[in-house]
Amino acid sequence: MVTNITNFGRSGLSDWLIQRVSAVILALYTLFIVLYLLFNPGLDYATWSGLFAQTWMRIFSLLAFVSLSAHAWVGLWTVTTDYIKPTGIRVGAQTVIILAIFVFLVWGIQILWGA
Amino acid sequence: MLQVSIYRYNPETDSAPYMQEFQVDTQGRDIMVLDVLHLMKEQDNGLAYRRSCREGVCGSDGMNMNGKNGLACITPLSEVVKNGKLALRPLPGLPVIRDLVVDMGLFYKQYERIQPYLQNDTPAPAIERLQSPEDRDKLDGLYECILCACCSTSCPSFWWNPDKFVGPAGLLQSYRFLADSRDTATRERLSELEDPFSVFRCRGIMNCVAVCPKGLNPTRAIGKIRDMLLANAT
Repeated sequence: MVTNITNFGRSGLSDWLIQRVSAVILALYTLFIVLYLLFNPGLDYATWSGLFAQTWMRIFSLLAFVSLSAHAWVGLWTVTTDYIKPTGIRVGAQTVIILAIFVFLVWGIQILWGA
Repeated sequence: MLQVSIYRYNPETDSAPYMQEFQVDTQGRDIMVLDVLHLMKEQDNGLAYRRSCREGVCGSDGMNMNGKNGLACITPLSEVVKNGKLALRPLPGLPVIRDLVVDMGLFYKQYERIQPYLQNDTPAPAIERLQSPEDRDKLDGLYECILCACCSTSCPSFWWNPDKFVGPAGLLQSYRFLADSRDTATRERLSELEDPFSVFRCRGIMNCVAVCPKGLNPTRAIGKIRDMLLANAT
């Protein structure tokens, strides 16, 4: 057993499962947005705003944001442990990544409910 | 004449490793790479490499031949030589002791970590512990590993984290005991593997499968370990 404290789920198994489930959610969300844009060629502000005013779309979007946050945390944590060997720089990079993810998540929630 | 370029390093006399060129007369025969090394040793008896059984059983002469890991004793020239040239290097990622001889310490440490022996806490029967032919079949493709390290030293995840990632060879052996019907330490074994490095640093690159001289499939065994971990924890 190798000890880890900065990875997302504190366990490789949980990180692995979260990475796969969040990937499916992100794929579905991306597919939905692309198809929506394709089927609404003359998209105006009112339609776009109306889409995001609906509760199901807000839940779907928040789910995608949370998935993106978890996915990025798991993935970038792995990259830092592979390539950044000096502990100080690695912990620093991990801290910056986790804080950035938090800021972007809160910002995304604010946009979602702010309009 | 075969042109062989070989990695040379003697820490007592060389400040840095270098590639040395040899011209080897194979008399047009399709001999094994290990035979070529013997011919080269006749030219320069200071050349160091490991070999023992010379028939692909002991796993001593794992090396990198024209960029691909394999056993020199069972690799014919026709399989590796390109444009009449052959480049021989030590297994990648491990510290070089001299020429083609590497320090396998880290590789064996990871092997030791997975406790590669049968553990059974039930009272021993008067005769041996029996196993059904079906249960025995589950060990096929696992027990044949000779620990030559060709797979683990071709794995980028093992290059980056050889101290934390068990590596394909160790994980194939780990699954060999997880799959054994006579072993009762399954839960303890699994609990040692669920961190983000030991098993999960495998990124499915499958270099291990591509190079295994025994035709084994460590990636599949790693997938089976993941399935067992998932079944155990959900």
